[in-house]
Amino acid sequence: MKKLAENGIKPHDAQLKPDGRKFSLMEKLLLGLTLDQYVQQVIRNKFNWLLALIFAVGIPLIIYRFIFGLGVVTHSSYDYPWGLFLGFGLFCMVPLSASGFMLGTTVEIFGRHDFEPIERLALLNGLLGYFFAVVYLLVDLGQPWRLAYPMVYSFGPAAVLFLVGWHVATYLSVQVAEVSTAFFEWIGFRRGYEFIRKGTIGLTVSGIILSTLHQGALGALFVYAPGKVHPLWYSASFQWIHFFVSSIPAGLSMVICVSTVVIYTMKWRCDQRFIDSLDRITISLAKGASMGLFTYLFIKFLAVAHDNEWAYLATGWGAWWLFEIFFGVVLALIVLGIGIHHKSVALCRLGALITVLGILLNRLNTALITFNWNLYQEIPHIFEVIIAITIFAIYIATYRFILNRLPILYQFKNRAEA
Amino acid sequence: MSKITRRKFLAGSMAGGAAIAMAPTKKAFGANLGGFPDGMGVLVDMTRCVGCRSCEAACNKEQNLPDPDKSFADYSVFDEIKHGEKRRPTEKAYTVVNRYEPEGSEPVYRKIQCNHCNEPACLTSCFVNAYTKTPEGAVIYNDKVCVGCRNCMIACPFSIPAYSYSSAFNPIIKKCIFCYDTRLKNGQMPACVEACPQQVMVFGKRKELIKIAHDRIRRSPDKYDDQLYGENEVGGTGWLYLSGVPFQEAGFNVSLPNEPIINNVKDFLAIVPMVLAIWPALFTGFHLLATKGKSHGHGDDHSHDGQEEH
Repeated sequence: MKKLAENGIKPHDAQLKPDGRKFSLMEKLLLGLTLDQYVQQVIRNKFNWLLALIFAVGIPLIIYRFIFGLGVVTHSSYDYPWGLFLGFGLFCMVPLSASGFMLGTTVEIFGRHDFEPIERLALLNGLLGYFFAVVYLLVDLGQPWRLAYPMVYSFGPAAVLFLVGWHVATYLSVQVAEVSTAFFEWIGFRRGYEFIRKGTIGLTVSGIILSTLHQGALGALFVYAPGKVHPLWYSASFQWIHFFVSSIPAGLSMVICVSTVVIYTMKWRCDQRFIDSLDRITISLAKGASMGLFTYLFIKFLAVAHDNEWAYLATGWGAWWLFEIFFGVVLALIVLGIGIHHKSVALCRLGALITVLGILLNRLNTALITFNWNLYQEIPHIFEVIIAITIFAIYIATYRFILNRLPILYQFKNRAEA
Repeated sequence: MSKITRRKFLAGSMAGGAAIAMAPTKKAFGANLGGFPDGMGVLVDMTRCVGCRSCEAACNKEQNLPDPDKSFADYSVFDEIKHGEKRRPTEKAYTVVNRYEPEGSEPVYRKIQCNHCNEPACLTSCFVNAYTKTPEGAVIYNDKVCVGCRNCMIACPFSIPAYSYSSAFNPIIKKCIFCYDTRLKNGQMPACVEACPQQVMVFGKRKELIKIAHDRIRRSPDKYDDQLYGENEVGGTGWLYLSGVPFQEAGFNVSLPNEPIINNVKDFLAIVPMVLAIWPALFTGFHLLATKGKSHGHGDDHSHDGQEEH
């Protein structure tokens, strides 16, 4: 894209062409380039080669899994019924996608319109994260075609998973509605856009409710397994608060990370408003993330005190727990703190990356690493790892496909009135 | 009684009101509180078990399970160690007998199968209500509604449910169902109990088995460890164990709470209706406070920025 820009070719970024005609759908899909130009820039991009390689290996494996069952791509463990697909795909993707409701709340509820340039990116990050968490779930479920059973056919409403299922499904539709404003703008469907905008407050508030509950519920799922999850990662009373509170810095940091990737690799797609405000917004988001992290740090120790588990800290698992806390929370807090104090965007971004890694470590610890701490350590099957990576690659490709096209990072210059 | 009301209430709120219309759910909640008064159980007296594996063979036949990898007369299975653990129930074997060798005593044999809890964790963790605790005491499973999330395997404190991972199109949970379909329903004892040549197991009403067990301990205090495993563990189980050695030496998990597993989740479940009730007003209020006096808090904000540029 950079090369094209040097040659004076601009991507599609307006409702109308300079001569006043509308863009056709095909032109929009090709970013306003000709087919030749489009294909050439796809081939020029080395990252696409990497994606192609991953897909070439991973997609056949996904098909293989659906033809021959979970048994051929996992270790079929009875003791570790949840492997990487849920341990990473569900338990990590969902907190990293808390960004949608965080920024939605900031802009729409608290009226902080100075965060607006990044609101749509945060909403999209939320939507795609949830969507792909469901994709991971579909790969993991024994009978994925029955996914809708808890909604329409057979109900187990006392189960935490019932709540997770309902809330993720409802929240996904809320997020589709929230992001649809960008889509309606892109296809030029003015009335749909206005209709959704009218319901923004309602959508945002339901987003907060649903997020509070299902982020927490993911933690509560592990409360079913006292004795299987290591006591340091287990807290009957606080598990849901731990998961909910940590999803806040996780979501905010994920937006910082994604926006960093975007500004370095897709700058052509960002408009001046986004580019100019990103540094300021990054620092503000870092402030939010560090407050969330600090609360999280506090309640993590509170839980240890509540269940009087100090003795465990002296064990090997305790050292691992302390590593998670000191790397993922304390170090992140220090880096973010210095970054905010010195207004260093680079440090804020580094801090955000550490926060994201820390949350990943926490979720993997709870779901896989410290799970069954009295038994053996499950190492996922190589095919399971490849499939998890492949789905993540599809996630990135979809993310980029949408960012390239919809007005997420940029605003339409001239708007067609319907 | 207040317990029942509260749980029903919670469940109702979680389904967002819709649950009120869901008749089948009632059954599940009424069913798992303290067990049914006339629920059946089995008392396993491990001091009598010689490890002949007749029960394993009987179970295999009764449940039409595939042929085992090693014959039931092969006692080398007692030395099998996988991932540092002895055998556990699998999709091909709903019950297994393991041998333990505590210091200073003869080897002891422990039969493992579903313990048929009074308040089963598998049942309360299942989001499609695939499990049922029947009035006869069995915890049965409906493979027609199972989605395959395997949350029950996470939740089961005894690590009993197995899953037929190898099936691509109809993988299901495989576990002991107390021979419900073929025997228990008609008041008959399960196949394993009937097959035992050593009278290790007594089939009867759970509450009477508890009396029998305590009688045995009282009459021969030297023979038995002074505990009836399953009487209180995770809310009580239908299958009860007497042992001649301390239970942890026979591979039992002795760190289980006496509370049913679902009690751990109640803290969270209680939050759900609160969040549903309080959040809307709270955040709409925040919105009004934060945006009062400013132009349209929720106006068409993507365009008003744009307009400034013109």
